[in-house]
Amino acid sequence: MKLSEIAKLLNAKVVCGQDRLDEEQDKAFASDLMSDILTLGDNFPMIVTGLCTMQTIRTCEMGNLDIVVFVRKKKPTEEMIELAEDEGMVLMECDYSMFKACGLLWEAGIKPIY
Amino acid sequence: MHLEYTVIEGDFVNAGSASSSIKKTLKQLNVNPSIVKRVVVALYEAEVNAIAHAYGGVVTADIDAGKILLRVIDKGPGIPDIEWAMQEGHSTASPEVRNMGFGAGMGLPNIKKNVDRLNVQSTVGVGTTVEMEVNLS
Repeated sequence: MKLSEIAKLLNAKVVCGQDRLDEEQDKAFASDLMSDILTLGDNFPMIVTGLCTMQTIRTCEMGNLDIVVFVRKKKPTEEMIELAEDEGMVLMECDYSMFKACGLLWEAGIKPIY
Repeated sequence: MHLEYTVIEGDFVNAGSASSSIKKTLKQLNVNPSIVKRVVVALYEAEVNAIAHAYGGVVTADIDAGKILLRVIDKGPGIPDIEWAMQEGHSTASPEVRNMGFGAGMGLPNIKKNVDRLNVQSTVGVGTTVEMEVNLS
């Protein structure tokens, strides 16, 4: 699914990485626990999270996870967006709950990694 | 190549900057991306530990053609029971650390999974040294 379609599906605002919206992503992983995100090995899903701190961006940088959807109306700070831009990431802000966002993604055919 | 970074207690905003810098160096050296990921995930976990649990410390990296040797040397308080700390789910993290998305007791076990050799030495009241080695080829 194209990232532009994902943004539309989630009614999300793309705050970083607008130039990558034609790219496809077919897998997602949802967690507020960064330690979980660091256990994904050679999988590179889109990350759905309600944890909106500098460490969310750092954790994704370490894991080469470069598409992040913030749910529950969480808004990344300027500093977070700046670091994400440096790393070439796509960041989206979504007002839906984690459950609703994941439900919509699942229904649209986005797969889990396990 | 020898690299060295200082980590400061409680400095969560900059947690990961040493790992990020080493990641960029390894990429420039054309190290296989899967190996780079293992190195930086392990180092990042250890770096966050030094910031979250200890009074800061030093991160060093020694890179040669075949391997990278990483050391995270913190200034205490030390781990009373390393075997306990190595088990998943065992954590002494503060609520602040948990609010950052860490402190689930997965750090040391995850480090172990990502490195080829791990050595944790700790003295209560003195500090902990986490030594990690990853083969680069």
